[in-house]
Amino acid sequence: MNRIQTLETRDLAKSIQTGGCGECQTSCQSACKTSCGVANQMCEHKNDEK
Amino acid sequence: MIHQYKLNGYNIVLDVFSGSVHVVDEVAYDVIGLYETTPADEIVARMLEKYADREDVTEADLRQCLADIAELEKAGKLFAKDIYGDMAFDFKKRVTEVKAMCLHVAHTCNLNCEYCFASQGNYHGERALMSFEVGKQALDFLVANSGKRRNLEVDFFGGEPLMNWDVVKQLVAYGRSLEEPNNKKFRFTLTTNGVLVDDEVIEFANKEMNNVVMSIDGRKEVHDRLRKNYAGQGSYDTIVPKFQKFAKARGNKEYYVRGTFTHNNVDFTNDIFHLADLGFDQLSMEPVVCAPGDPYALTEEDLPKIMEQYEILAKEMLRRESEGKGFTFYHYMIDLNHGPCIYKRISGCGSGTEYLAVTPWGELFPCHQFVGDPKYSMGNVWDGVTNTALRDEFKLCNAYARPGCKDCWAKLYCSGGCAANAYHATGSITGVYEYGCELFRKRMECAIMMKVAEAGMKK
Repeated sequence: MNRIQTLETRDLAKSIQTGGCGECQTSCQSACKTSCGVANQMCEHKNDEK
Repeated sequence: MIHQYKLNGYNIVLDVFSGSVHVVDEVAYDVIGLYETTPADEIVARMLEKYADREDVTEADLRQCLADIAELEKAGKLFAKDIYGDMAFDFKKRVTEVKAMCLHVAHTCNLNCEYCFASQGNYHGERALMSFEVGKQALDFLVANSGKRRNLEVDFFGGEPLMNWDVVKQLVAYGRSLEEPNNKKFRFTLTTNGVLVDDEVIEFANKEMNNVVMSIDGRKEVHDRLRKNYAGQGSYDTIVPKFQKFAKARGNKEYYVRGTFTHNNVDFTNDIFHLADLGFDQLSMEPVVCAPGDPYALTEEDLPKIMEQYEILAKEMLRRESEGKGFTFYHYMIDLNHGPCIYKRISGCGSGTEYLAVTPWGELFPCHQFVGDPKYSMGNVWDGVTNTALRDEFKLCNAYARPGCKDCWAKLYCSGGCAANAYHATGSITGVYEYGCELFRKRMECAIMMKVAEAGMKK
């Protein structure tokens, strides 16, 4: 593709099948305590799938 | 849904529901912007007119660009549909297990920080220290209510938890004793203002605490203006050498140096860079949470300046990284390859369901920011969650339950945001704290841009 570059990312739709174990960190628990998000939380199974 | 933006010379297209990130040239940027609403022939005609002075923009090239977009759409990487809202997730009926707890081991503090959301540590109530018996019951409650979840998080919080240090150590030992028989693993965090940090605290914390959060606001004059002791003296000179020693001793273990910025230091990147120059390399800096009328509250006029600051921060972080002097910033730590699954992204922050705060007296609240508000009392560590109606309200507290999030491109990155911020801004936990949302979206734009830059993608 001449005009479009695509970054490799986790396929969120595919994670319907593979995700949901719930072992990941609770969003607000680590550093913020006042303005939470989930995007910076790590998946506990980071090496299992993409 | 897509989100298009330009930052640091990149034209970025985020495909919201697949999570795909594309970097495109300006022609493709325009074509993608028109793709869903405009017939192909019209797109071609408009682009040929707009880029009439460009030899590379031909009809054949534009048709190829449209074909590439169609291919990405077919692959589910562009214009992916929102299949999550329609999924058979019944949030209200789902069984939630408690997996994280904020233990308020000390509702008292040795600092008198003006902006403290915990009202100088006592959360608008009596000063108190948690007894070992209450903490022990809290850990028992956590284990008993955690189902099959193995990893359990416990944050020793306050007030200032080092004012109840012996109990913290006893509770760590007790928690460890529960691990093997129950097939659990505790991850402890200590959040401290640093005043009582000494070698013994450092040694114990480095052995037992997965994470340490050290509170410091940045430059001496900024920090000392609000973070004072009861004699009115700033705490910067006391805590900086202690935190430097603490952070160095952490080695590869996680820590955050966490600050708060206010209306007094809207140029907060200077505080972040100051902390980085002090040798800290895991940083977090949060917008103040306070009543709108407070003198240090962030204002509408501050908003564009803060947005600019986030851009300055992202660019400077990339520059420092390229020079081998990089540091992490909590809100820019986005992992596009191994980040959270869709369940995490649509289930909210977990407050009131997976995450609870415990007062020194064993009372349960949805999170640390609701402590002290009697309307949000949920039960206690002996009887468990008795206010199940409130728990059910929090189960619904996610991006799909908030009308204000419906058309927001960032909803799978914040999952609906902070219930406490929403409550304080709108009176409802499912409201939207728009000011915080604006900041959040800007941080996500910066974080994604940094990933693009780090991947070496062409501008």
